[in-house]
Amino acid sequence: MKPKATAIYLLQRLLKMLVTVWVVMTIIFFLVRLMPSNPVDRYIEDQMVQYGMTYEDAKTRASFLFDMDLDQPLSAQYFEYLGKAVRLDFGESLLSPGVPVMQIIASRLPWTLFTVGSGLLLSFVVGIVIGTIMAFKRDKWYEPLVTGFASFLSAIPDFLLAIFLLLFFGVFTWGGSTLIPIQMLRGNYSMGVVPGWNLAFIQDVFLHALIPILTYMLSQLGVWILLMKGCTTSCLNTDYVTMAKIRGLPPGKILFSYIGRNAMLPIVTEFAMRLGLIVGGALIIEQLFVYQGIGLELLNATNGRDYPLMQGVFLIMSIAIVLCNFLAEVFYVVLDPRIKGQKKGG
Amino acid sequence: MAKKEAPYITLSQSSRFKKTLAQMRFAILHDKAGFAGFCILTAIIILSIVAPVVFPLDVMSDPSQIMQGPSSAHILGTDYLGRDIWAQIANGGRELLVFGLIAATIGMVMGVLLGAFSAIIGGVFDEVLSFLADVWLSIPRFPLLVVLSGFVKLDSLTLAVVLGILSWAGLYRTIRAEVFSLREREFIEAAFMQDLGLGHIILKEILPNLMGFIIVNFTLLMRASIYSQVGLVFLGLLPLEQNWGVMINQAWTQGAIYNPNSIWYILAPTIMICLLIISLVWAGKALEDVFNPSLRK
Repeated sequence: MKPKATAIYLLQRLLKMLVTVWVVMTIIFFLVRLMPSNPVDRYIEDQMVQYGMTYEDAKTRASFLFDMDLDQPLSAQYFEYLGKAVRLDFGESLLSPGVPVMQIIASRLPWTLFTVGSGLLLSFVVGIVIGTIMAFKRDKWYEPLVTGFASFLSAIPDFLLAIFLLLFFGVFTWGGSTLIPIQMLRGNYSMGVVPGWNLAFIQDVFLHALIPILTYMLSQLGVWILLMKGCTTSCLNTDYVTMAKIRGLPPGKILFSYIGRNAMLPIVTEFAMRLGLIVGGALIIEQLFVYQGIGLELLNATNGRDYPLMQGVFLIMSIAIVLCNFLAEVFYVVLDPRIKGQKKGG
Repeated sequence: MAKKEAPYITLSQSSRFKKTLAQMRFAILHDKAGFAGFCILTAIIILSIVAPVVFPLDVMSDPSQIMQGPSSAHILGTDYLGRDIWAQIANGGRELLVFGLIAATIGMVMGVLLGAFSAIIGGVFDEVLSFLADVWLSIPRFPLLVVLSGFVKLDSLTLAVVLGILSWAGLYRTIRAEVFSLREREFIEAAFMQDLGLGHIILKEILPNLMGFIIVNFTLLMRASIYSQVGLVFLGLLPLEQNWGVMINQAWTQGAIYNPNSIWYILAPTIMICLLIISLVWAGKALEDVFNPSLRK
């Protein structure tokens, strides 16, 4: 029975994932096509007013530009749009004509994945270690300091943290010079460096990504510390941990198998919940550091009214987050054997 | 005095006013972080109220005073048009506070009502709604707002309403789970047996038990909406008004970080927003303890 229950649980989550993607697609279609004064209608109106086109001509132009057959009924347009979106075909960018949207996304996405991913991983590891240590050293003098700092980090917006870091590393002078030259804080790599697998390039990329990664790390660190401390503390007081101690199990085994595995559970859930937030924050942080990632691309597309690109980036972002959520839920099943028989987790 | 040491035992029989007063005293004083939070919040609110009279904004730009460092005439220096920064700081919190209140109130009302009704009615209604909440929570919020701003002309008030509506799902889940566990308790069962109305059960029996959750989530909603507003303003996707987010945006676009004299131009609003958010979170936590008897010392 048990594998079947797990399969049903995962199937439910899969269904949720698909519905989420569908909802996002529908929201986009609604915005582009159905809303009063949507871009398609506005474009047609503009063409008619400015260039004196007939409605038919303007409509033909619009349908060419937006890659939609506007003569068909709305429902047919909707299904055609869904079909294209499923194949990740968003047409061509309006701002840089001739370049498929997916090509732009593919060139930008790795940068964001690199910075956000490494920041998150670092914060996760460091946060869990500090959180566990703090749970054991609750009576030490430095514990309130660390906890207070963690609650400060978890409360303030990530982009304000980025401003602080930027000022600290790039603007304030420490003994005559700044810690990092400020041009190092902008862009993905320096002008003269040739992209490729050479040492100079890799070094340059890391220097440029340092502060963004540090921002992502610090902005999430507080959450993990507080959560891990709380979970470990509550685990420490349970009967099975006391029992394990009485049985004389080695402390390492108690820490990893008895406390760690249970304390990790809420963290995995929180991890999934926070992904959307982090990607949202990446938008502002990439703008701040002029980091050429997917967030900056979405922003440029929005400012330039590049609708196909906007749709594409937003959908890809959503898919990435939903996919990570799904993975977190799979991971949750692996971690927590109790969930397998139940209908709902958490 | 014995009363002061244990206000909750003795005051439960005394007048309502005295009880509220004691609760307020407890809320403000029992926790250091909470006390700091209340102090900062009060200071910001008082500043916001008196600022238009005491520290009026410079309406005229002064080309001879552009981007100056702190001095006796201008405590925090001047901005790119030669206007006093302190006056802008003093006047900049009002709009954020009002904005956060509006957005959080809308989000809270929606979350609480939907959550409570969903848990009490149950059945298909509940399943569909909680599935929708799950779906809703996995859509990235801030990118959605950015995309939305590309299609709709957002201003502060619209954004507050939109944010309120968008943020129903998080609170909904908490409230629903909490009401589910409350439903099993005897006093709710008794209310159902007496055939009391659904409105009465929700408002009079269940709601008082949820106050702690609601208050903490209210401050968290305020925090999230201030985050979104400041973020959108920073990205230049909202019309510029007079608040700290706008100051950061202007300081940033005018290159304050490249000018050693005008560090405070960008630092001051950043610190103020941090203070506002931290004080909200701390005050919210302290208030939660008031409504959570198990946490009282």
